[in-house]
Amino acid sequence: MADEVVLLDFWPSMFGMRVRIALAEKGIKYQYKEEDLRHKSELLLKMNPVHKQIPLLIHNGKPVCESLIIVQYIDEVWNHKSPLLPSDPYQRAHARFWADFVDRKVYGVGRKLWATKGEEQEAAKKEFLEIYKTLESELGEKPYFGGETFGFVDLSFVTFYSWFYVYENFGKFSMEAEFPQIVAWVKRCMQKESIANTLPDQKKIYEFVLELKKIFGLE
Amino acid sequence: MTDEVVLLDFWPSMFGMRVRVALAEKGIDYQYKEQDLKNKNELLLKMNPVHKKIPVLIHNGKPVCESLVIVQYIDEVWNDRSPLLPSDPYQRAKARFWADFVDQKAVYAVGKKLFSTKGEEQEAAKKEFLEIYKTLERELGDKPYFGGETFGFVDIALITFYSWFYVYETFGKFSMETECPKIIAWAKRCLQKESVAKSLPDQKKVYELALELFGLK
Repeated sequence: MADEVVLLDFWPSMFGMRVRIALAEKGIKYQYKEEDLRHKSELLLKMNPVHKQIPLLIHNGKPVCESLIIVQYIDEVWNHKSPLLPSDPYQRAHARFWADFVDRKVYGVGRKLWATKGEEQEAAKKEFLEIYKTLESELGEKPYFGGETFGFVDLSFVTFYSWFYVYENFGKFSMEAEFPQIVAWVKRCMQKESIANTLPDQKKIYEFVLELKKIFGLE
Repeated sequence: MTDEVVLLDFWPSMFGMRVRVALAEKGIDYQYKEQDLKNKNELLLKMNPVHKKIPVLIHNGKPVCESLVIVQYIDEVWNDRSPLLPSDPYQRAKARFWADFVDQKAVYAVGKKLFSTKGEEQEAAKKEFLEIYKTLERELGDKPYFGGETFGFVDIALITFYSWFYVYETFGKFSMETECPKIIAWAKRCLQKESVAKSLPDQKKVYELALELFGLK
């Protein structure tokens, strides 16, 4: 019996991108459904009534929500190739810790960077730089956060790459100058087809943010 | 070789309690080290340099941080007894979703607003608090536990807030039993378990500490 896999998503979402990469890494065929977040579909509201958010994976009619939970689900169901999490429990705990760090710290501070002005933006920039420094020091000399191979933490963080141009532009700094190791790591990740084919172009994301700022009166 | 397990914790922390319950469920011997959060010691700062928070589990010298990450680690290492997460990947994803809901909806933060704010802000916090618990009650439904027939991951994630219910009720001026009877029935069922009963501090003790900690007298 063939699996039926549907992904409800929104193209600029770093969270949705994580699921797209995981599906690509595993070579899973799926139907992609673009959601209009200002006019959420009945399917989305029915399948994720609690948060009403994307990404949402529907596997043989059953919904799985929250990007990192979806990625772990994908890894456990399609466990015959390209493991996304380590097999050792301690390494797994370490990976979950850092993916949780990305979730808690990286999205919020990035948003503040482009959505605020003046003092608030300055404070966000300072926090942003500190958070990325912490990530850079965790990466250290390793090729990937996962060590020798691309893994869970890499997946949870690399999707923010599409947004780097937005951050640089509004924060007025250069990622390459501030975080050369992170940029080197990203370029390494982009060599992977699953990532290069998934991540939208930085300029497109930038244009999207300009539109968003107009719509929400954040100019 | 015997395992060396140390838990850095703070007795009223609902997050620390989760780890205590998990260790008790698995029957694991460990050394409990009470932390002074106003004067964090070298061990805590060395073992959790990123967040500097408890709980921290130190297993044979290696630290594991973040309560739900620790509980999953415990379940995976001591996997020969009392499974805390379901074995089916879909059920596991559901369990992670609801434990994440407890953490994401900031059950902790909204509870805190309930006792540390007044007037309109407190009213708003109370409304949000009750909505969150009603959502949880709907998810529980008629099941004995969130996990179904047996106590599991989501039950562990939420039950530890029970110790704080008296604080919430007193400051929010409502009764959990009246507002969320199913949650109270579920909590009482969980408290029948030794692992839970001996890990959760008394509600009145937590209340006394909250008054002191947050200067609420």
